[in-house]
Amino acid sequence: MQDVNITIVDREGVIHEVEAPTDMAMNLMEVVRSYELAPEGSIGICGGMAMCASCQCYIESDTVLPEIESDEEAMLAEAFFVKENSRLGCQIPITENLEGLRVRLAPEEI
Amino acid sequence: MIKTDILIIGAGPTGLFTVFEAGLLKLKCHIIDALPQPGGQLAELYPKKPIYDIPGFPEIKAGVLVDNLMEQIKAFQPGFTLGEVAQDIDKQEDGSFIVTTNKGTKHHAPIIAIAGGLGSFEPRKPPIQNLAQFEDKGVQYMIRNPENFEGKSVVIAGGGDSALDWSIYLADIADEVTLVHRRNEFRGALESVDRVKELKDLGKIKLITPAEIVDVYGSDHLEGVMIRKNNNPEEDFALSTDYFIPLFGLSPKLGPIAKWGLEIEKNAIKVDNTLDYQTNIPGIYAIGDVNTYPGKLKLILCGFHEATLMCQSAYQRIHPNKRYVMKYTTVGGVTGFDGSKKEAPKAVVKSID
Repeated sequence: MQDVNITIVDREGVIHEVEAPTDMAMNLMEVVRSYELAPEGSIGICGGMAMCASCQCYIESDTVLPEIESDEEAMLAEAFFVKENSRLGCQIPITENLEGLRVRLAPEEI
Repeated sequence: MIKTDILIIGAGPTGLFTVFEAGLLKLKCHIIDALPQPGGQLAELYPKKPIYDIPGFPEIKAGVLVDNLMEQIKAFQPGFTLGEVAQDIDKQEDGSFIVTTNKGTKHHAPIIAIAGGLGSFEPRKPPIQNLAQFEDKGVQYMIRNPENFEGKSVVIAGGGDSALDWSIYLADIADEVTLVHRRNEFRGALESVDRVKELKDLGKIKLITPAEIVDVYGSDHLEGVMIRKNNNPEEDFALSTDYFIPLFGLSPKLGPIAKWGLEIEKNAIKVDNTLDYQTNIPGIYAIGDVNTYPGKLKLILCGFHEATLMCQSAYQRIHPNKRYVMKYTTVGGVTGFDGSKKEAPKAVVKSID
């Protein structure tokens, strides 16, 4: 098991190159929280159940990601600031396939 | 005025269990919650989902855990103010507090336990410029008096159950109902989706998809909305309407509590975790997901622990001169305020001939 390198652009536009572990059953939202790239309480509010859109991000690389399942699809249909490349970070598990992934965090809903 | 010993803000698992621990100490509780039913997130967001880390329950559905807690605290007869948000707090000369809700209900207690979780659930507001300007002047996030819509035109936005259900309901009352949703597909109970289709075919509901509201306009009162079809600004068109009702579900916000003078850090209330989870204001405690301290974990089981210690501290504040030692329920049983008594069956002493 190896760490993967991921680029995360935070809500202020600051670029962070981070290493994410593939052996901790983590998802992308949790990686953002573990590096504190967004204020606690403003991301991952529902805890990772695809029931809020606080971990919405835009995928900026052509990395192949797991398909969107119905919970995520339903939440994205109701979320704000949604674009073609929107995903919920909590629904993207960290795997070796994510090497080189680049994402940008969506703005916080007020 | 509602009077109680411990006023609990938040009817989630931590708030509910507080009633039990307080009850063992003969302290009465009253709970305020913004939602119409007890259970907090568990009831509102994921009642059917399993939880695996409640000690002693290898697996329990969130809704069942709430039911069990309600059963466990029943004998302690908690009062409830549901569907109201704790808004203002007034410290009295004797150190007690009066908490008033957004609907004006007043509660008086010497101890406040904030078990507010992620905050009170408020409607999610779409990021539309000028939207706030027309709030209660044509823009509303929930429907209180449906009769107000008689003979009016209404635009509803959203694609979930509440958008569907209210469109159906208002189709009979309002003059014109337009439902706008970002996708062509709706997510709701099958019969609601079918009914909306019927009403659309009957010309009672106008359906605009895929589209979203990008602007609102008017002078004193809302006069119309700007609708963007197919995510293409060139297809923007104005639609005059008396009302615009965005229905995008609820999200938790710390809300008015944030203005009570409590120390806030990381969207949570700072407490003294070395002792009793008291905040910087003596007599006000914060327990469960709403608090923060070094090493904090937002887990239900941690909330239960915090509630237990908090009640011991509350007891000492209310009865500074009474001596007390904690007693196991197995030893002391549970005596409810309703006169019920649960206790371990006594062993018999009898010789066998």
